[in-house]
Amino acid sequence: MSDTAVEIEEIGGGEFERTPVPSSKLKGWKSFLGMYAGEHAAGTEFMIGPLFLAAGASLKDLAIGLLLGNILAILTWRYIVAPIAVSNKLTLYYQLEKIAGKHLVKIYNVVNGVLFCFLAGAMITVSASAVGIPFGISFSVPDDVFGLSSPAFSGIVIIVGLIMAIVAAAGYNTVSKFANIAAPWMIIVFAACGLSALTQMEVNSWDSLFAEWDKGIDVVQSINGKADFGFWKIVIFSWLCNAAMHFGMADLSIMRFAKDTRAGWGPSIGMFLGHYMAWICASFMLAAQIKLTGDISANPGALAWSAVGWTGIICVIVAGWTTANPTIYRAGLAFQSLFPSSAKKYSGVILAGLIATAAGIFPALSGKLLDFVGLYGTILGPMGGVIFVNHYLAKKMNFTQDYADNKGANFNIAVLLAWLLPVALGLYFIFAKGLFPAYAVIPCWIASSLLYVFIMKLKKS
Amino acid sequence: MKMLKLISGLAIGVLILLVSILSFLGSMEVDNVKISMLIGTILWFVVTPFWLKEE
Repeated sequence: MSDTAVEIEEIGGGEFERTPVPSSKLKGWKSFLGMYAGEHAAGTEFMIGPLFLAAGASLKDLAIGLLLGNILAILTWRYIVAPIAVSNKLTLYYQLEKIAGKHLVKIYNVVNGVLFCFLAGAMITVSASAVGIPFGISFSVPDDVFGLSSPAFSGIVIIVGLIMAIVAAAGYNTVSKFANIAAPWMIIVFAACGLSALTQMEVNSWDSLFAEWDKGIDVVQSINGKADFGFWKIVIFSWLCNAAMHFGMADLSIMRFAKDTRAGWGPSIGMFLGHYMAWICASFMLAAQIKLTGDISANPGALAWSAVGWTGIICVIVAGWTTANPTIYRAGLAFQSLFPSSAKKYSGVILAGLIATAAGIFPALSGKLLDFVGLYGTILGPMGGVIFVNHYLAKKMNFTQDYADNKGANFNIAVLLAWLLPVALGLYFIFAKGLFPAYAVIPCWIASSLLYVFIMKLKKS
Repeated sequence: MKMLKLISGLAIGVLILLVSILSFLGSMEVDNVKISMLIGTILWFVVTPFWLKEE
């Protein structure tokens, strides 16, 4: 992450939360390239990459599907987020407050905070998996979502989680700066892990690589049963795994610092480093492990240890920690509004850290990361649809733009209904009908957008 | 400053990335690769904060 990125984050944390960013603080589009490069090479990549192989994705589908999905994600940032960010120069939360009212934004914040906690919990599991390696403590993933691993591994998760929570509360900025230092190193280590895995598989041609990959899938499926993770599923997943950031407009808070809409191209390098190179390299590590030991468990610590030794252990711990740190911190800020004003300012962060630690104790949750990120986008993404139609259609279709701000309302019921009804339907299909969560993101986003326009017209607002 | 940047670049470019390529090509033993990577990692984290902070 570049220094400009640090500056953007620091400014974003305090100044201009309720005013447009002044022109003197705006950054050129190239500043965003460096920032996103660090953002998308994170602890989650160690977990997500191997899950593609474990889910039965073919290597050809993975290579082409990720390419297409990442391009679609970049285009979404460029053409959905950047124009609104550059035009209004407001954070997501203030933009949403102007439309939905401050009480509804609090509810959105808490939902966001809870989801952040589960993401941070997965990162605590990832870091703990590496901490346990030197002590000979590995983790098994129980079949039950809320099943525990060994008591020793649960103990490591609790220790790692509590340390992360305390550090996030007391030294967020220090870890954030450390994350900036670590980012380029981490990207190189991801590449080294991939090369090392290829060496372990004794790959010497494309054909032998494809053969080893297919053998890996055969072993996984002989144990877990037949699974299918086809081309379009990969495309949709890689497009929408960051849906909360682009379709959901969370990155308005970052791109409001952009001089022009070219900042929307900012995620391009980061996406291809983190969500292409890193995912594929991480998946090679599992293929190599299967060839060497027959073990199909996607344990990031063990995979990295096998590939590059102590460097891998350090990388997994750093990647998990530097991802969990801002996640716990942001969740904490969201929870802080639940505490009385007399409460300590770190109460929210500690609460978030405790919830994340509790989530991290259940390894199956991190094993469900492919589902979780889709769920995350399904729940938070639709609010971006409301912002989108408020920006582009309010004046054209003759309903009040920034309704809560203009009418002095604290709670815009139209936003609540437009958000909850499609999301409730999406969750029903996901949990009751077994729909792959990423598939629900765009239908929910479109439904929320249309529903908001419909309700606002019905209200004659 | 330039020297520090060079050391950081060499730490990750040579001691981590290049050795993993050499290992893939069969020109370097796995154990030596792992030691080289650890040295590269330590060098990166010792040297980089100095010039990154200055910038």
